[in-house]
Amino acid sequence: MCLALPVRVVELRDGDMAIVDLGGVRKEISLALVEDVAAGDYVILHVGYALTRLDPAEAERTLETFASAGLAAPAGA
Amino acid sequence: MKRGFTRALDFRHGHVEMTHGSGGRAMAQLVEELFVACFDNEALRRLDDQAQVDVPPGRLVIATDSHVVSPLFFPGGDIGCLSVHGTINDVAMAGAQPLYLAASFILEEGLPLAELRRIVESMAQAARAAGVPVVTGDTKVVERGNGDGVFITTTGVGVVPQGVNVSGSRACPGDAVLVSGTMGDHGVAIMSLRENLSFGTTIESDTAALHGLVAAMLAAVPSVHCLRDPTRGGLATTLNELARQSGVGIVIGESRIPVRGEVNSACEFLGLDPLYVANEGKLVAICAAGEADALLAAMRDHPLGRDAAIIGEVIEDEHAFVQMDTAFGGRRVVDWLTGDQLPRIC
Amino acid sequence: MKYIDEFRDGKLAQSLGAAITREAGSDRRYSFMEFCGGHTHAIARYGVTDLLPPTVRMIHGPGCPVCVLPIGRVDMAIEIARRPGVILATYGDTLRVPASGRLSLLKAKAQGADVRMVYSTQDALRLAEENPDREVVMFAIGFETTTPPTALAIKQAEARGLGNFLVFCNHVLTPSAISHILESPEVRDIGTVPIDGFVGPAHVSTIIGSRPYEFFAEEYQKPVVIAGFEPLDVMQAILMLVRQVNDGRCEVENEFTRAVSREGNVKAQALVAEVFELRREFEWRGLGTVPYSALRLKDRYAAFDAERRYALVDRQVADHKACDCGAILRGVRQPADCRLFGDACTPENPLGSCMVSSEGACAAHYTYGRFRSIRREAGVGSGVR
Repeated sequence: MCLALPVRVVELRDGDMAIVDLGGVRKEISLALVEDVAAGDYVILHVGYALTRLDPAEAERTLETFASAGLAAPAGA
Repeated sequence: MKRGFTRALDFRHGHVEMTHGSGGRAMAQLVEELFVACFDNEALRRLDDQAQVDVPPGRLVIATDSHVVSPLFFPGGDIGCLSVHGTINDVAMAGAQPLYLAASFILEEGLPLAELRRIVESMAQAARAAGVPVVTGDTKVVERGNGDGVFITTTGVGVVPQGVNVSGSRACPGDAVLVSGTMGDHGVAIMSLRENLSFGTTIESDTAALHGLVAAMLAAVPSVHCLRDPTRGGLATTLNELARQSGVGIVIGESRIPVRGEVNSACEFLGLDPLYVANEGKLVAICAAGEADALLAAMRDHPLGRDAAIIGEVIEDEHAFVQMDTAFGGRRVVDWLTGDQLPRIC
Repeated sequence: MKYIDEFRDGKLAQSLGAAITREAGSDRRYSFMEFCGGHTHAIARYGVTDLLPPTVRMIHGPGCPVCVLPIGRVDMAIEIARRPGVILATYGDTLRVPASGRLSLLKAKAQGADVRMVYSTQDALRLAEENPDREVVMFAIGFETTTPPTALAIKQAEARGLGNFLVFCNHVLTPSAISHILESPEVRDIGTVPIDGFVGPAHVSTIIGSRPYEFFAEEYQKPVVIAGFEPLDVMQAILMLVRQVNDGRCEVENEFTRAVSREGNVKAQALVAEVFELRREFEWRGLGTVPYSALRLKDRYAAFDAERRYALVDRQVADHKACDCGAILRGVRQPADCRLFGDACTPENPLGSCMVSSEGACAAHYTYGRFRSIRREAGVGSGVR
């Protein structure tokens, strides 16, 4: 359900629109559902609309969690 | 020879009309001033209803294809060169040398003659570059609203030399499976233009005539088992066809399949799987395991095979499944396509 | 592709798989439901099942708005499309859904109805602008992720005075569906289908936030972990669920922190609240009638409501008698258990909601996983479930 993907905002346009880029492919989408998005930000795109901004720091943290999963044994396991 | 037409065709502002298909003077003019002029070969210039040609020794191969692509013009090509390449490739996939083409046109009333000429010139150029002339043809016109501008059917003939036996039923367990280059380019280039799905991309259709590549491959490995070009339905469909025809299974590795980054991205956007997206200038080859390296080298040596890769192998499997080891680490079935792949939201 | 490829890394998958295996141990079995069809699809497409231990079983929930769309509603969409002068704009997903009388939107199009596939409600608005003499009806489907775009389109239509833009609203709500599944007698009957926890939907949660799930964790004592869309996200969420079960915790955890907050997208929520209101009940294919689970346009926006404009009447269309979707959606049965699976019911000819879209449990199993069942029957295979 809800196919959505993280895309990079390349350029802001009038009327709450923006050009985004995913691996070299560009599309014009709407930013009307989000606020304070700047060029260079990543947003989650669904049916032509940005749903939310992606937090790069959290993304890094999540990746680190994956990496450490294999190493740490939790207490009481 | 006295020309019978009082006024030359107006390619700038003219349109296809019903009379162009009626068999009378208007049609004769269209044939002479457009088709014969562009394709320009001895057989056509005779203006017979058929072509008499010489055929070298060998088994005759014949293939036909109808082309109904919309839009007519797309990045990297158009319906014209597509129709030439497509049928040349069908003949070439038998290991045959393509010799001649026939082209029949169904034109929609109202199609601008400028567009028609652009298409025919593109066909002529493709045919010339491939060394395969269009020696005979036909034209009909349908009323406005009954066609996408133009439908083209091309039929090709060729000969297979002795000792070459390429067929979809010859894959054996242990064989190697190869592709000649990146997958999904053509389908993505087309979709980039379709209404409501447009996006900026540098992806071009890969439409190309593959008979030169095939000849180079057969020179290096005359005993190639299977050849097929993965057009509609993409690589996945072709592999399923071959598996079923040969009664074997196929296992491929996802990370071994060459796909351009932008094709991957475009497919992500639309929720499509590049394995099912059409190609028009690529082929799949299956050969004995011991010959795979030699075949790969021959492919990479050719301009149309620079990105060739070994992507998997044939196994015993009575269910004729095509399976894929995902880059992620799991294994999944790569099934037949269900209808057209449509972009999805969920 | 940034933020995508890293979350599909095979090496990390191996170590996450090992961690899950280690922490799940061998003493007990775990059954988790991934509610969202996108997760079902990811699990199938990336072969995540191969990396899980046999003690961890994934149950595929109903989280696909196309799957749960009743046939009667598709019939209504076809009826709308056939009205003279109407352009029906629809997402690609619904085009092939079989409706009554062997019809589908695609077949209706072949018979002359003006059905156009769109990628976004923006495209539908544009169609309305470019065709002032036609009525453009947006066939709006989807969970909370897809609802704000529809709300926005209606507001924009109002602002631009587009009186020829209408919406046929079929938006449904996730929490209601989860409740309904948990309420069903089969699930409450301990021992039949224990669902030990939920993998919460990724993108629905970007809109509604993690807060709405706190109710389930408390009321039903089930852990919920909201997972991102990529296969590594799903595996990490499974690991977190295993840990919660082992610890005896029933919390809402968020694995998808890069896109989901507790509050969600407040702006989008407000927009939806402004335009839509709850229907008292709505039929979900395979689940029956679910109370307060769907939306319709408020009176203020009645002018844009296709159901009101065309005085459409909802009709109930029953599924095939032998269809097991109701049980499969609740995890009581598996696709291979259904008499019709793979035989009368295939992706080419889907008879029930689980087969209708590639997200459905049966479609996913048929497309990606049925070779496992066949191998099991034949006694062949690597021991993979």
